[in-house]
Amino acid sequence: MTQPSLITDEMRSYIGRESEPVTVEVDKTACRMFARAVGYTDPVFYDEEEARRRGYRSIPAPPGFLGHPVYNPARPQRADYLPPFQTGLRRVLNGGTDIEYFDDICAGDVLTMTRKLVDIQEREGRLGKMLIMVNEMTYRRGDQVVAKVRGTLIQY
Amino acid sequence: MSEQQLYFEDVHEGQEVPSLTVHCDSQRLVMWAAASGDFYQIHYDKDFAIGNQLPERIVHGALKHALLGRMLHEWIAPGGRIRRLTCQYRGMDLVNKNVVCKGVVTRKYQEDGRNLVELDVWTESEDGQKTTPGTAVVVLPSRGR
Repeated sequence: MTQPSLITDEMRSYIGRESEPVTVEVDKTACRMFARAVGYTDPVFYDEEEARRRGYRSIPAPPGFLGHPVYNPARPQRADYLPPFQTGLRRVLNGGTDIEYFDDICAGDVLTMTRKLVDIQEREGRLGKMLIMVNEMTYRRGDQVVAKVRGTLIQY
Repeated sequence: MSEQQLYFEDVHEGQEVPSLTVHCDSQRLVMWAAASGDFYQIHYDKDFAIGNQLPERIVHGALKHALLGRMLHEWIAPGGRIRRLTCQYRGMDLVNKNVVCKGVVTRKYQEDGRNLVELDVWTESEDGQKTTPGTAVVVLPSRGR
């Protein structure tokens, strides 16, 4: 007997659908905080003069940092890595990260991010039934694409 | 951070990237939570982690991605740039352990006038398990110009 699929038509309808753009700020203090959390000692991530001397417009965003969405208390409080639909599974793991850069991203940059679901699969793993979703996020500064991120999200 | 710039000419296939070892204690995970904006409790609340069928608090996958980025940055700075970094979180790393980042050059080539180097990168847990396999592409300056 086949088990009912966890993947609904509603979920499938999101594949390839681009979200509304979200404004993401690359803040100077946030770049420094991120660099500290990762343990960088390179002054380029802390000292704006040093960053300029090295040819950056300001402190560069450390690898992996693409800014923070502007917090809006009026928006539903839902983690932005979660899909825009209910899956019936409440536990979450990060399955992988793929970041491609097309230009330097620096403090002061205001980016727009759009996301779309590109793949959804289900699997039975050691943690039980799992949904594996791949989201693609595109970051633009003006019209220029500066980074693309593919994130794999596991719900179980 | 290296004192001297690494140039494209200095790199060969099979070359190892200097490894980076980082102790991921609860303070680092809390700093990472604040810096990344990922406040999922499995990373800093032991009871919550155990309630989610995990043996302990676990290191954020994205922190391991960022540590691999730091290893590459420290290898190629100031003149190199990371073009792509991808990894999969296959194994969990628990809090209060070392995460060891490693990398090896798999290919070097020129494309559109740029000097590109491809690598396999990964993290290892203290017992030598590869928990985060991945690949990277970096751009390096040339001695020629």
